[in-house]
Amino acid sequence: MGQNSKTKTLWQLFLSTLYISSFTFGGGFVIITFMKRKFVDEMHWIDEEEMLDLAALAQSSPGAIAVNAAILVGWRVAGFAGMVTAVLGTILPPMLILSVISFFYQAFATNRYVALALKGMQAGVVAVILDVVWGLGGKVVKERSLFLCIIMAAAFAATVIFKVNVILIILLAAAVGVIRALWGRKKS
Amino acid sequence: MIYLQLFLSFIKVGMFSIGGGYAAMPLIQSEVVSGHGWLTMNEFTDLITIAEMTPGPIAVNSATFVGIRIAGVFGAVAATFGCIFPSCIIVSLLAFIYYKYKSVSTLQSILASLRPAVVALIAGAGISLLRTVALGDRGMGLENVNWVGICLFACAFVVLRKWKWNPILVMALCGVANLGIHVISGKV
Repeated sequence: MGQNSKTKTLWQLFLSTLYISSFTFGGGFVIITFMKRKFVDEMHWIDEEEMLDLAALAQSSPGAIAVNAAILVGWRVAGFAGMVTAVLGTILPPMLILSVISFFYQAFATNRYVALALKGMQAGVVAVILDVVWGLGGKVVKERSLFLCIIMAAAFAATVIFKVNVILIILLAAAVGVIRALWGRKKS
Repeated sequence: MIYLQLFLSFIKVGMFSIGGGYAAMPLIQSEVVSGHGWLTMNEFTDLITIAEMTPGPIAVNSATFVGIRIAGVFGAVAATFGCIFPSCIIVSLLAFIYYKYKSVSTLQSILASLRPAVVALIAGAGISLLRTVALGDRGMGLENVNWVGICLFACAFVVLRKWKWNPILVMALCGVANLGIHVISGKV
């Protein structure tokens, strides 16, 4: 690839990720759909099956799904420089928006009317979160696996009742997962 | 050194939030509210509300918001880089392994055990947000209960669950409703 076309690719990558990140509300899963549309259907940089694998990787890795997906697509399209470009394109819009909001937050939140609207929206966001939890928890229960239900109940008790450190709970659950994966491999 | 503290705190958020979306929420709460006391529970609830209404991952939104409020623009940059740093390393490694072996199944089987724990942790964070909505930063006690907030939460939960309304619309309506109820009842 010549220097010129490489610069052009990076620029396209930056603009695409910037655009996708500015307009996707609703988190990681949504952004992956947009990336597929852009990089698979429109640019033909990545084929569909590979994109599905990349999506699975992005969801299985620690950190924000959108950032993870950007890292993977960036590497795939233009190596290390591509990774840096795609990540910057992805984090710049939320950084700019939140910077502006946090500068005004104090003045905003002390205004009576804004404070009341925010208070009402807080009630809404809790409903949104618990609705998501209900859906996700329901899926776990539907798998009809006693093992998974015990993990869920134990983690819930640990965090809500015993106030165990969040990181410790995640590490323990991951350790159980590793042991189970090794066990399953031994059996088969 | 506040920049380093922000960087390290958000490294923990980036490294241990697995599964995307709300998975970062319990970790941010544990670092930012209970750990360092950078935000009160009420400010944290506002932050989650704002993050839900704006594009971009919750972790990046929170890092920028907390960073700016604690240490200005450089604080925001330090915190945001902290939260994407683990992803850049881990996801790059996983990408390397993926292109070598073309399989993501072991990773996914480990993730399967982790998922119920993450659901439980999100539930835990959701419950503490609900407590904040119902009681504010004040203590327990019947005179402190925000009945309007609880009703809004219940209505929002029902329309989300039963009729699958758009979450952002539901939140906006909750904000308007709370403002309206207080204006009409003359409590402003």
